[in-house]
Amino acid sequence: MTEIPLLEVESLTRRYGRRIGCQDVAFTLWPGEVLGIVGESGSGKTTLLNCLSGQLPPSEGRVSYLTRDRGAVDIWEISEAQRRLLLRTDWGLVHQTPSEGLRMGVSAGANVGERLMAVGARNYGEIRTEALHWLDALEVDRGRVDEFPDAFSGGMRQRLQIARNLVTRPRLVFMDEPTGGLDVSVQARLLDLIRRLVSELSLSCVIVTHDLGVVRLLAHRLLVMRQGEVVEAGLTDQVLDDPQHPYTQMLVSSILPV
Amino acid sequence: MTAISQDPSIMMEVKDLAKTFTLHAQGGTEIRALRGIDLEVRKGECLVLAGPSGAGKSTLLRCLYGNYLPQAGSILIRHEGEPTEMIGAEPRSILAMRRRTLGFVSQFLRAIPRVPTLELVMEPLLSQTVPKDEAESRSVSILRHLNVPEHLWGLAPATFSGGEQQRVNIARAMIFEYPIMLLDEPTASLDQENREAVLDLIASARDRGAAMIGIFHDQGAREAVATGVFTLSSRKEAA
Ligand SMILES: Nc1ncnc2c1ncn2[C@@H]1O[C@H](COP(=O)(O)OP(=O)(O)O)[C@@H](O)[C@H]1O
Ligand SMILES: Nc1ncnc2c1ncn2[C@@H]1O[C@H](COP(=O)(O)OP(=O)(O)O)[C@@H](O)[C@H]1O
Ligand SMILES: [Mg+2]
Ligand SMILES: [Mg+2]
Repeated sequence: MTEIPLLEVESLTRRYGRRIGCQDVAFTLWPGEVLGIVGESGSGKTTLLNCLSGQLPPSEGRVSYLTRDRGAVDIWEISEAQRRLLLRTDWGLVHQTPSEGLRMGVSAGANVGERLMAVGARNYGEIRTEALHWLDALEVDRGRVDEFPDAFSGGMRQRLQIARNLVTRPRLVFMDEPTGGLDVSVQARLLDLIRRLVSELSLSCVIVTHDLGVVRLLAHRLLVMRQGEVVEAGLTDQVLDDPQHPYTQMLVSSILPV
Repeated sequence: MTAISQDPSIMMEVKDLAKTFTLHAQGGTEIRALRGIDLEVRKGECLVLAGPSGAGKSTLLRCLYGNYLPQAGSILIRHEGEPTEMIGAEPRSILAMRRRTLGFVSQFLRAIPRVPTLELVMEPLLSQTVPKDEAESRSVSILRHLNVPEHLWGLAPATFSGGEQQRVNIARAMIFEYPIMLLDEPTASLDQENREAVLDLIASARDRGAAMIGIFHDQGAREAVATGVFTLSSRKEAA
């Protein structure tokens, strides 16, 4: 267990005009940790995730990330180009809607290979081998490597999006409702797969979801958000089995047992 | 000075532990589940929790595992040789204690990932960097010991009978030789043969030096494993 956090977030606030997106959020993510962010729709989860992952500038606060070579940097102080480089190399970003994270006009193989080319890979044979490796890892039939994502089912598209993210071996993966919009049985399979990969690759993750079953299975720790603020934080099973805040008690009691 | 810091045979020391549930949806009703709990457990001891239903036995075990959040008191766990406070510890510290020091055996499997039984049982060993072939052979032997039929090992336990699931759960929880084990009715709803197989595992864990705290619904089980009894009363007077 190294003692240097991967991500340190301090008093992070994002407003949309006068409306609050998220307010005064602070937490520390340690290497290998999976952090779940839960709360009802509109509670500010996506806003927070986007501020953490370089997609949306915060109104106030700091997001400090431990780079491999330059120590900790505030991701909103570095240049846009450096931020984009982080997103292509060190980080993965899995969108709820796979089409947002995929290029629909190129083949499955190219979707995965493209990210490698963006970090300088040039040997076609090696790129293809890596792409096939990650399609296998995500249980996408390698016989379909030349098909376009349009031809894939929702679950398969989501697995393709994850393969595209993992090919550069990121250390930190952000996921926004990764199982949202999928059939229950497809969700279960995807969750098993994510759970296995996260542990095999020792990934650090921030997973946003409104589904407490997802975090029960995947997350080490939780933040519970309500109206833009974190109202409760702690070890996943403790927060779910012995919630302290009235809002968390309401969330936990309004779902079927998980 | 705490006793645990003086005496290396003490594995867990609990002082003045209190746990109250506040039910916000029910007008803030307070349930005083535990008050003023003091106990210690040493290597090779199995302390059995006694008391009527609702006395707070399961609540106490869950506080000791970091699953419930106590309001007051101290829970010192000997983790990697050092007395370590559980209350207020960071999630990653609690998870480290659970990985290496604290085992929990409950009656029910929860949030079972759809992972084949054999892999599920191997997981706690693999997360401790036990080599894969050793993890596998130990898992095979504990599944055999608990009479989990071999044709089930490649399947996820979701479709198993209650008793089969419980035995997989026990195999997973007892595969690693945790220095401290918490047991919440591990033998409930097992038939005689399987109950004995489980009690056998518990007794041998105790005899190798594990410190244990357990809840057992039947007298026979208690007699087979207990070295001491701690009784919780059902009435908790206000201070
Ligand atoms: N682009 C935007 N412009 C204005 N308000 C927004 C925008 N995005 C989100 N919001 C508002 O910010 C709040 C948090 O939204 P969001 O972060 O999407 O929550 P969640 O992901 O938990 O559903 C909501 O009140 C939402 O209406
Ligand atoms: N998660 C919880 N939320 C609210 N109350 C609880 C919770 N868990 C236990 N309790 C209450 O605490 C008291 C003690 O319960 P428990 O520890 O299960 O007793 P025992 O195991 O001795 O039968 C009971 O009144 C029970 O309803
Ligand atoms: Mg959202
Ligand atoms: Mg009980």
